[in-house]
Amino acid sequence: MILAISMPWFAFANEVERGEKVFKKCRSCHQVGAKAKIKNGPPLNGLIGRIAGTYEGAKYSDAMQSAGAGGLTWTEANLDQFLTKPRSFVAHTSMSFSGLKKSKDRAAVIAYLMTFNVDAGMLAAKDDPAINAEILAMVGDVEYGEYLGSSCVTCHQVDGTDQGLPSITGWPSAAFVTVMHAYKNKHRDNPVMQQHAGALSNEEIAALAAYFESVQ
Amino acid sequence: MKLNRRLFIGSSVVAAASLSAPMVLGATGKPRVVIIGGGAGGATAARYIAKGSKGAIDVTLIEPTRTYYTCFFSNLYIGGFRDFNSIGHTYGKLAAEYGINVVHDWAVGVDRDAKSVTLAGGGKLAYDRLIISPGIDFKEGAVEGWDLSSQNKMPHAYKAGSQTQLLKAQVDAMPAGGTFAMVAPPNPFRCPPGPYERVSMVAHQLKANNPTAKILIVDPKPKFSKQGLFEEGWNNHYAGMIERVGPDFGGDMVSVNPDEMTVTIDGEVNKVDVCNVIPAMKAGKIADIAGVTNDKGWAPVNAVDMSSKMDANIHVLGDASQQGDMPKSGFSANSQAKVCANAVRGALTGSKVFPAKFANTCWSLINEDDGIKVGASYEATAEKIKKIDGFVSKTGENAETRKETFEESVGWYNGISTDMFG
Repeated sequence: MILAISMPWFAFANEVERGEKVFKKCRSCHQVGAKAKIKNGPPLNGLIGRIAGTYEGAKYSDAMQSAGAGGLTWTEANLDQFLTKPRSFVAHTSMSFSGLKKSKDRAAVIAYLMTFNVDAGMLAAKDDPAINAEILAMVGDVEYGEYLGSSCVTCHQVDGTDQGLPSITGWPSAAFVTVMHAYKNKHRDNPVMQQHAGALSNEEIAALAAYFESVQ
Repeated sequence: MKLNRRLFIGSSVVAAASLSAPMVLGATGKPRVVIIGGGAGGATAARYIAKGSKGAIDVTLIEPTRTYYTCFFSNLYIGGFRDFNSIGHTYGKLAAEYGINVVHDWAVGVDRDAKSVTLAGGGKLAYDRLIISPGIDFKEGAVEGWDLSSQNKMPHAYKAGSQTQLLKAQVDAMPAGGTFAMVAPPNPFRCPPGPYERVSMVAHQLKANNPTAKILIVDPKPKFSKQGLFEEGWNNHYAGMIERVGPDFGGDMVSVNPDEMTVTIDGEVNKVDVCNVIPAMKAGKIADIAGVTNDKGWAPVNAVDMSSKMDANIHVLGDASQQGDMPKSGFSANSQAKVCANAVRGALTGSKVFPAKFANTCWSLINEDDGIKVGASYEATAEKIKKIDGFVSKTGENAETRKETFEESVGWYNGISTDMFG
């Protein structure tokens, strides 16, 4: 699925960075990312859109399982309610966490979780080194991105067709920037991509991210 | 946002372009771009100028063939990995979806003063900017004993199409234990790994159908592209089948006799069954006719916009150009076409001109799922297109990496053909 992110992507990126800090409170029970395992609570990859109480192999309270059976599917909105005071939203949930009182903390942690909600190609980005906020906050020039992107579409088709190479259109900018920097700093190992990313400045990567995010 | 030096230069180019861009108007009221050659350079330039200008520029593409067979991946057809039709492309979408005037004819004259191109069919096309992307022609007399009249007996198969089909048919019909010879070209030439990928593909066919056959490469060059990788692959897959005679042993002193089917190396006569002669190359003839080539037979260009050093209203793309560090490849031509299209649009309509950036990757196939690659990124300097950084596959890579590399090349083929033909 492709995320519909309504706020400007740089604001989203800042939110994600804050959300990662807030998530420390959740970490003793929930893992997230490519290597996430079941702990006291279920892993939270792909949480938004998941029917409550259905992560295979995880332990749930009867209350949470019934909520799922009764039609509770996690959305940004109901996660916000749940996280405000979990036991008010799902009485008798086994989650002992008392809740996040500040709405901006809830928004940040939801934004962070959303970055683990993307499809397989993008999810891999979660192993990539974090990008500093200044780089993530750059506003890309879409027109310059279209020009630079003409080099990308020699291989990656602009209509999103995936024939032997991943589609790169419609990605959230933050994910695109993170992946490109992972190639630029040689954390990711495809030499063609290392060479392309290595020839691009931070501004140019931002321009590409802005352009490809705009391509439907 | 912080401005770095590169962006700053980019912005100044934009400013300069918008100040100095006169609207050039033709009879139709629109500026006219004529493009000679519908390959990786010309078709890409046509599509990007038409697409970017949204009808504000009148684009004409002159290409003699109705169906264009790509040189890239034509070796894979020889090796039995591709069907012939899969490397053929038509121009219908460029006409129907991009409004490009596609003219199937030969350009035979360029009048630089009148700014017009003459066609073999007698027509004449006026231009404000002319883009010449004709690929290569062969130097006459480059291989003693060989000329175009002998290309059926000894095919070059270095312009894809009927020649490729002919060479494959000859390889497939070789007598048991026969000899396939290749006369390899001197530098510079189209597709540096091409002859060696071809040898790999021929070896693959012969190993399956004619395992006692031999391959003889006669090469005037002391070394060649991805040599270590090819030689490793030949040892792994085709041990004992391939012999290469370099200049140390007379590889640069070769003549052929197409009637006798012999190849003479430094006086020693070899009887062969198939002979693939790839002569020395020069820019396609029309570049010469237009007067934009130098004494080496190539068309020198300015890196920033691929404009000819002889005429500011003419741009030369791809194999025909002498641009600096990029290899002559379809990927390079496609990359250069985008820089050129951006500059031409800027000059004719005042659209933004961004800094020139180039890239190239050449994939080659050695055996089934054994793909290798070499690539680099480039920038424009005052003197030439200059290499920034590059990479090449390593010897001893595991099978999984090689398979991924091959799959990547298939993705690229699909991508670039869509990028050229829509």
